[in-house]
Amino acid sequence: MSITNLLENWSDFRQQHPSDDRPHREYKWAMSIDLDSCTGCNACSVACYAENNLPVVGKEKFAHGHSHHWIRIERYWDNDGREFADQGAQFLPMLCQHCESAPCETVCPVGATNHTADGLNSQVYNRCVGSRYCNANCPYKARYFNWYDYPTTDNVWPEPMNQQLNPDVTVRGKGVMEKCTFCVQRLTVAKSNARSAGRSVLDGEVQTACQQVCPTGAISFGNLVDPLAKVGKQWMTQQVELNKDKQAKNAEEKAVKLRGYRILEELRTYPSVMYLEQLRESAI
Amino acid sequence: MGKDIREDIAWAQINKDVLKSLESPRRMYWVILFIAIAMIGVAVGSEVYQYQTGMGVSNKNNSHVWGLYIATFIFWIGMSHSGTLLSAILHLMHADWRKPIYRFAEAMTTFSLMTAGLFVLVHLGRLWMVYYVMPYPNERWVWPNFQSPLVWDMFAIATYLSSSVLFLYVGMIPDLAICRDNIHAGWRKKLYTVMSLGWEGTDRQWRNFRITYLTIACFLIPLAVSVHSIVASDFAMSNMPGWHVTSFPPYFVAGALYSGCAAIITLFIILRYVFKFEEYMTLPIMKKLVRLTFAIAMVWTYLNLIEFASVWYGHDQTAKDQLIFKATGPYAPFFWAMIFFGSILPLMLAFKRFQTHLPILFVVSILLNVGMWLERWMIIAPSFAHGHYPWTWDHDQWPSLVQWGIVFGSFGWFTLLFMVFCKVFPSVSMYEVKEMVYHRSLALKHKPAVKGDY
Repeated sequence: MSITNLLENWSDFRQQHPSDDRPHREYKWAMSIDLDSCTGCNACSVACYAENNLPVVGKEKFAHGHSHHWIRIERYWDNDGREFADQGAQFLPMLCQHCESAPCETVCPVGATNHTADGLNSQVYNRCVGSRYCNANCPYKARYFNWYDYPTTDNVWPEPMNQQLNPDVTVRGKGVMEKCTFCVQRLTVAKSNARSAGRSVLDGEVQTACQQVCPTGAISFGNLVDPLAKVGKQWMTQQVELNKDKQAKNAEEKAVKLRGYRILEELRTYPSVMYLEQLRESAI
Repeated sequence: MGKDIREDIAWAQINKDVLKSLESPRRMYWVILFIAIAMIGVAVGSEVYQYQTGMGVSNKNNSHVWGLYIATFIFWIGMSHSGTLLSAILHLMHADWRKPIYRFAEAMTTFSLMTAGLFVLVHLGRLWMVYYVMPYPNERWVWPNFQSPLVWDMFAIATYLSSSVLFLYVGMIPDLAICRDNIHAGWRKKLYTVMSLGWEGTDRQWRNFRITYLTIACFLIPLAVSVHSIVASDFAMSNMPGWHVTSFPPYFVAGALYSGCAAIITLFIILRYVFKFEEYMTLPIMKKLVRLTFAIAMVWTYLNLIEFASVWYGHDQTAKDQLIFKATGPYAPFFWAMIFFGSILPLMLAFKRFQTHLPILFVVSILLNVGMWLERWMIIAPSFAHGHYPWTWDHDQWPSLVQWGIVFGSFGWFTLLFMVFCKVFPSVSMYEVKEMVYHRSLALKHKPAVKGDY
């Protein structure tokens, strides 16, 4: 960002919202997670560990809250008086919501976390100084800090375990923040393949690791700009709009029939992940 | 009420008394200095360990990403405000009772800022990359994020530190000249000669000096207010319940002045006792200082109540839950201790009998600062334990010994700087005390022959 660039392209910088006056042209990566299908099996989390070189920190550090599950399964017990075994629970996979107006992006002192043209919330490890302000300001607490130098000092991947590290993904050192990237390494490959073929990435051509392993197909991922994409159709049928802090459908009667919602939407973060509410026997 | 200062102290006596404080330190001085250095040693050891191993050893975790470092950072920034209050604001208001005590308050400002700055460094996960926060020209044209309150912080603190060093130094020039003229040889002579910038006390020099001093004072006041407002923005600008409060900037400024005034009382008593400054740091001055502290304590209490009320009657349920969590959750003992030390204890200062009782004031002033430190910690820790998202709820986190070690050591660092300052530079402003004595004696001479107290 040079001064001349700043002055000449002032209209590009003086926006209130990244999404308001800069619509996504080719890609807007988004996700939808059907909680009705989610069984809470944690396969997504495991796949994420394998794909993104997440350090397995061990029991003790996990209990300390030093874990790195970019996608985590949260379990909420029912509070209806029934005891365990009979007690019902709901699962919710939580990952970085790739907010269109991300609270983490504005507060980073060095600009290490940014919004890409594809609607991703990116994290530049090399630029991060570790002030952890982004985590403090993330309402979902979907960001994870490298509290220790796992690759070297903690022997997380002892020989020959280091052979299974994904060569497409950096191994992060101590003191940087990290989080779900929507498997950006896969997106980059898919985009580059599509570009060589002179087209856009087709729906289903690229999958995130969590989506790939989900046994019930609860996770769909794709390009929201693409009218044929499954994820876009889901968003449309559920009448969830990206750049809204209050969905129009919620004011209407039929809202009860539609299950789509986004978490903490009222904070104006404009998340890119839509959840489909679980249908409970109690609700029927 | 007695006099702030005796009118008949001879000027030579003032020089003698103050210069004596620069002379050969007693054994106790070295003992305390050694303790301070040992405390710094603890902090350096902890920091080296943390630097080598990673931030995890401080026992922070993924929802509690900030801890004692940030809390203590705000505490030290807050301490720095009193110096500016005493030297700049009271200077503009012609409150001449500040004259014997403002020098050490100003030194306190500078040194607590120097301590606060270290906490920013200690807090960073990648300390070795700290220069990324500064806007420096580089071939990639990568700049810091000017939207971030942390970048504002960096600017505000750097500006405040450099201006307050300048203010301290400029205000000291006539005194440095006195030191130069009264010390005959050695490194001190050289130091004072260079630092007094050839001060001779001519009319022209005095005139320029007055203008310069006044200008810096005027510059410093808005700076002091803005610096803590910006520190408050770190919190108020975020969306965390319990932080996202509009009244945070004035609340922080009031808290800063409060803890600073309490610290001045503590140091006042120590200096008065150690250097035998009874003639200069008199009880009537203490009385005024205590009243000022009391007033600020009440302002702070008021703003605190406003914050609670606006949360309580607001429609933000999360913020309200957060407040209830603070008052009833695992952090409740500290929360109520903060209320007690910050709002109830200072009520004592309203009573005349305590306003000049030095032993009680000494203890109370330290406890007030304990309360103010707790206030900062209560802003940080419970907020992370009860945020927007249920995943973070009820995970309380307690600082490890590494964090405590660094916080502990920061007090040693401050003590070291302050003690070295007291022995190298005059901690009471000689020329201003002379001025004060002179004005008082003039007033005595021209006292109209009417009855009644005025």
